[in-house]
Amino acid sequence: MKLHEYQSKRVLADYGVPIPNGEVATTPAEARAIAEEIGNPVVIKSQVLVGGRGKAGGIKLAGTPDEAEDVAAQILGMDIKGLTVKKVLVDEAADIRSEIYLGAVLDRGARRVAIMASSEGGVEIEEVAAETPEKIITVHVHPLLGMQGYQARQLAYGIGLPKEHVGAFTKIAQSLYRAFVESDASLAEINPLVINGDNQLQAVDGKILLDDSALPRQKQLAAMRDPDEDSPTETEAREVGISYIDLDGEIGCMVNGAGLAMATMDIIKLYGGSPANFLDIGGGAGADKVLAALRIILRDARVKAVLINIFGGITRCDEVANGIVEAINSLNVKVPIVVRMVGVNEDEGRQILADSNLPSANQLSEAVQMAVAAAKGEGE
Amino acid sequence: MSILVDNDTRLLVQGITGSQGAFHAEQMIQYGTSVVAGAVPGRGGQWAVGNTPVFDTVHEAVATTDANTSIIFVPAAFAVDALLEAADAGVALIVCITENIPALDMARARAYLDSTDSLLIGPNCPGLISPGTAKVGIMAGHIHTPGNVGIVSRSGTLTYEVIYALTARGIGQSTAVGIGGDPIKGLNFLDVLQMFEQDSGTEQVVLIGEIGGTDEQVAADYIRTEMSKPVTAFIAGQTAPPGKRMGHAGAIISGGEGTAAEKIEALQDAGVAIARHPEEIAELASKNI
Repeated sequence: MKLHEYQSKRVLADYGVPIPNGEVATTPAEARAIAEEIGNPVVIKSQVLVGGRGKAGGIKLAGTPDEAEDVAAQILGMDIKGLTVKKVLVDEAADIRSEIYLGAVLDRGARRVAIMASSEGGVEIEEVAAETPEKIITVHVHPLLGMQGYQARQLAYGIGLPKEHVGAFTKIAQSLYRAFVESDASLAEINPLVINGDNQLQAVDGKILLDDSALPRQKQLAAMRDPDEDSPTETEAREVGISYIDLDGEIGCMVNGAGLAMATMDIIKLYGGSPANFLDIGGGAGADKVLAALRIILRDARVKAVLINIFGGITRCDEVANGIVEAINSLNVKVPIVVRMVGVNEDEGRQILADSNLPSANQLSEAVQMAVAAAKGEGE
Repeated sequence: MSILVDNDTRLLVQGITGSQGAFHAEQMIQYGTSVVAGAVPGRGGQWAVGNTPVFDTVHEAVATTDANTSIIFVPAAFAVDALLEAADAGVALIVCITENIPALDMARARAYLDSTDSLLIGPNCPGLISPGTAKVGIMAGHIHTPGNVGIVSRSGTLTYEVIYALTARGIGQSTAVGIGGDPIKGLNFLDVLQMFEQDSGTEQVVLIGEIGGTDEQVAADYIRTEMSKPVTAFIAGQTAPPGKRMGHAGAIISGGEGTAAEKIEALQDAGVAIARHPEEIAELASKNI
């Protein structure tokens, strides 16, 4: 799950990271009031969960409260990469002398949290990594010891930070690590961390991604979820325990197991089709979940055929077949459905499908080719 | 022959009184696995499926029954506690089926496990099976057949698909290990490949990977420089878009890293035959016999 910039910066501020004065506005009048309260030039920043807000015109300076109102009116309601701007952050504008990058990420290879710093702040760290990797300094934190002072100093001296800022930087880096661990983040970035006109370090932008597996114990952070992060269909699927991702093809897929679901998408592509979605009904799905999954798939008007691939184990083929028959009887199904099921109770499952005149295939590649042909209108 | 589990496996089931634990304990017993004990706090002194004695603590279970392997079926909030308890009691092999364990909990647990002699498989995995001998997992036993192909995989049902295709061609398996789909886990591709390379009962290996991370590349490096046995691979997620988590916590392309294409390239450079779909794995593997 992603947090917005304003949410991320508030989390960081709770751990002692200095951030600019600012508030969130949902109307131009609110933006004006916040700018008046701040009393200095402000920056109006769209709060949408995509990168490249600045380039899209979603971040602008405003010298006066009047201007803040005008700029907020321009940005609110703007479309950035398919997302509508519903909130803006009105921050006191910083007089930026230099920009630093500071980030924490779970390094799966090292099985530790990596803390990275660079003198090249304000640009995407991937860009720095590609062009001038020597400008990124990384330390790995032992999970049972936590981030040590010397590690933070290694970063500070490594990026050539002026001596007078090393103490403050060390505190900020250790705060970032604590915020990361205590929030169960998978990524936490301050970019840029600036040296401002008062010669102080300040986090001007922040970004936090959370580990979805930890959300049950991070109730406060989980409640910050922006429903616009996922499509309405993805949200609906999550609520019934189905893992679903929108794609832009024409063959709707329903599979049990994430690896098999990805493989099924790949095979569709191999045989010249394109998957409309990733959908994993999980282990042990009953008829009701199958029905919910089909309802979700069939709502997508681009879907021209549906491929159901079930490898029975904890999931029983007869349960799945019952769900499919129920869906066909209760939903207005206008596209061909190709079913391939093997494993636990496969004979019972196939019989249930045959009784409803639904064909099923044994071989996966055979089923995929049938679905691709059906989507192209070549089915029998 | 096989790796990790065999006729000497004495299995402890942590969470044996829960619905998943009870169901799979029974399935494993039916397959012929020696299930010697269960451990559930507060249920000590009771008997579970198949007249299996239940103990309050893993220490007691190990002291009484000489259990050397444990399988964990407890909810995510208690799973790390359960696997640390097993390690502390000296259980040699710990298999954690539980999914949705926070990654930072696994980072801490793994750092501790590395200081013990216990090996961990999982979490978020189907377990492992040495066909005809021992099943320590949730896979359907009947699709497997004894033989000499070693399998190592990050996925569950996709592995069953491959094994089904192998068995249909009469190609048996020595051991099939599901290492799980989480970013931080116990045994990795590399560890299991090393075991297969040493195992006299394994003549070739099938590796099933997916997008996310660089474990397949690390495996490719080992295959290129150290491995004598032929390897066939399939990588799932060639059509997966970047930045979207495809079900498994570890299956995500982030920062341009972890794509199927770069994994396939690394494996091909190491001389690994790449299958385009699971059924083709069986076809490619049959050429190595």
